[in-house]
Amino acid sequence: MADKRTFEIYRYDPDKDAKPYMQTFEVELEGTERMLLDALMKLKKMDDSVSFRRSCREGVCGSDAMNINGKNGLACLTNMQTLPQKITLRPLPGLPVVRDLIVDMSMFFKQYHSIKPYIVNETVAPEKERLQSQEDREELNGLYECILCACCSTSCPSFWWNPDKFVGPAGLLAAYRFIADTRDQVREERLDNLEDPYRLFRCHTIMNCVDVCPKGLNPTKAIGKIKDMLVKRAA
Amino acid sequence: MALSVHKYDAVVVGAGGAGMRCSLQLARAGLRVAVLSKVFPTRSHTVAAQGGIGASLGNMDEDNWHYHFYDTVKGSDWLGDQDAIEFMCREAPKVVYELEHMGMPFDRNPDGTIYQRPFGGHSAKYGEKPVPRACAAADRTGHAMLHTLYQQNVKSNTTFFVEWMALDIIRDAEGDVVGVTALEMETGEVSIFHAKCVLFATGGAGRIFAASTNAFINTGDGLGMAARAGIPLEDMEFWQFHPTGVHNAGVLLTEGCRGEGAILRNKDGERFMERYAPKLKDLAPRDFVSRCMDQEIKEGRGCGPNGDYIALDLTHLGGETIMKRLPSVHEIGKNFANVDVIKEPIPVVPTIHYQMGGIPTNIHGQVVVPRNGNPNTVVNGFYAIGECSCVSVHGANRLGTNSLLDLLVFGRAAGNHLIETALASKAHKPLPANAADYSLARIAKLDQSNSGEYPQDVANDLRRAMQTHAGVFRTQKSMDEGVVKVLAIAERAASLSLKDKSKVFNTARIEALEVANLMEAAKATMVSAAARKESRGAHTVDDYGDTPEHPLGRNDEVWMKHTLWYSEGNRLDYKPVQTKPLTVDTVPLAKRTF
Repeated sequence: MADKRTFEIYRYDPDKDAKPYMQTFEVELEGTERMLLDALMKLKKMDDSVSFRRSCREGVCGSDAMNINGKNGLACLTNMQTLPQKITLRPLPGLPVVRDLIVDMSMFFKQYHSIKPYIVNETVAPEKERLQSQEDREELNGLYECILCACCSTSCPSFWWNPDKFVGPAGLLAAYRFIADTRDQVREERLDNLEDPYRLFRCHTIMNCVDVCPKGLNPTKAIGKIKDMLVKRAA
Repeated sequence: MALSVHKYDAVVVGAGGAGMRCSLQLARAGLRVAVLSKVFPTRSHTVAAQGGIGASLGNMDEDNWHYHFYDTVKGSDWLGDQDAIEFMCREAPKVVYELEHMGMPFDRNPDGTIYQRPFGGHSAKYGEKPVPRACAAADRTGHAMLHTLYQQNVKSNTTFFVEWMALDIIRDAEGDVVGVTALEMETGEVSIFHAKCVLFATGGAGRIFAASTNAFINTGDGLGMAARAGIPLEDMEFWQFHPTGVHNAGVLLTEGCRGEGAILRNKDGERFMERYAPKLKDLAPRDFVSRCMDQEIKEGRGCGPNGDYIALDLTHLGGETIMKRLPSVHEIGKNFANVDVIKEPIPVVPTIHYQMGGIPTNIHGQVVVPRNGNPNTVVNGFYAIGECSCVSVHGANRLGTNSLLDLLVFGRAAGNHLIETALASKAHKPLPANAADYSLARIAKLDQSNSGEYPQDVANDLRRAMQTHAGVFRTQKSMDEGVVKVLAIAERAASLSLKDKSKVFNTARIEALEVANLMEAAKATMVSAAARKESRGAHTVDDYGDTPEHPLGRNDEVWMKHTLWYSEGNRLDYKPVQTKPLTVDTVPLAKRTF
């Protein structure tokens, strides 16, 4: 059974295009082309200039995030059956476009780096593992699984307006991952680092981040916990 | 045209587990280190590893490195080098504890220690019973490890060149490696990286097969570069088929499923592994389980309308265990097989997963080649670690969890070796005058192409040929035909056509450059396989079956040796297996039963 789809794809190659434009493609899919990424690979066979990132094709590397019919998601985890006949693909919103569906993610990673995304523990390491209770370890669930695809931050209006000042949902989720880890020793410094009208408090709980996360994570909840800690600390 | 030259003490190519464990060691020691990666570091394929890291911590049951050592030698079907295996298994607990200290979110036991689960081929008391040895973070161990290593590199200020593809090795007149050429994807510009030492951590070439658990980026770039520079590739005939790839999707389901108690069943619902491996059952090593599954399918006991798959049954584990220990497996079942693994078995088939062979090295990660009668002469300035290397700890078949371990142990060892040999105080050897000519010519040829085949058509023909002629069960006739076919396809790859000539993030150009690397890896595999006239580990050939003289088709008198394949003229050479461990007794040859 033929499954004919229409793709409207954002095209821009600074090497030859004066400005971006939308290009239409008709693609006939086979039953084995189950996911949007499969369809895109087929499309690239028709026109090798269509550019996008991809790697693991199973939703763990975070390469193929894009805006799919107005909503951010991973192409490899988007089943074609869930999409209408016509599919509009744009690059992730709010970041500079390098080419077609490929965006410059420097700003996103700069914010991730700004929260010091690593355990700090200056005590002499024991010969074996540092012990951690099962309950304390469970605090990290829903935090450490982030794949840095940027679906969340680039769906957040606060990040669009202040990508240089607001850490954004992905960065704040990571910040809370380290705040919550009982092995980390610099919780207060981490909170100081976020106590700022922009870095943390630009989050207005719009919750687009929760809606789009392909891993089902909840940055808004993590942000809420950081805000609570700051309130308690001030009291 | 003057190219820009970046000068570093060490250049690491590849930002997966091995590359970043190594760069961390170097950065912490204050060396100037650059890491080049085709993708942002956390997108490297280590991220997809699920089940665990093998180390005899003994947190759940009595265990020690001697058991791990024995299991790994036996798992390798005695092709692994016993000095390297001893080194890896002894170092294992240390590198896992270190990773924990770096913040790795391991699952925990009630006493706060690292959670461990059983895995294929890992046993206590020399094969007596399965032992929990796989240190796990749910079924996202690779993801947790890769992110932890990236985070620590951020802390140590490692310099990353993200979305740069290395093109070729630069060797001077003495054959020493003095740098690499690389392409910045965003601009399309080629640069030279001038280094005292180049370390390859470029991963495997799983994309030479049509059905593979591997990511698109796993195109064997390091193998291609090494082969073009005259370095031989070792034991490339040995490719691991993972027993549980999702039928028709290729996506991996961790062996941790069976570690947690999942069972393989045929169409009669029978737990058939009890017949083949009475002691380890579903947790026998991967080559063994894959062959048993294939046997069941061949003998008409496969599941489904076409009888072409096996059922992996997790239903008896219960929703709670599955959601706690195997959440990604649940997610993958839903997304790629439309199956809720809590409620029903999931269709699986053996799927290409891991390359046991690679660039030959010693236990410090130094690349070694035969020269003047010494089969292991060091190539100055060149190291290889992780899946692209062959040290050889996996021999003819790798045990699950030993891959992540390999990355940590040898990434760290290579870094330490450079520090101990005082790399910082050494001088850069001068670059040859024509350092980048070869790479620039390759790029220019693509840019000027206006007739010729589309790269992906050639690559897809190659993948189909490899799948047919170098699959789970091999026959001599089919492999011989495969050699002819693959060499013919490689000829076609010499004249590819690129429609897209843009400089900016030209993924079509990147893919065309990758095809050249795929070809080297595929030729090495096919030629080495057809030449090895025995069955050993993952290389199982119908013609060489079980006989009294050669149990299970393994011919130790003639074939207990490592293959070395040279790209030039498809020449083969061989070198002895190191059967002497560092400090303990050799594990003597025996028939492999489980």
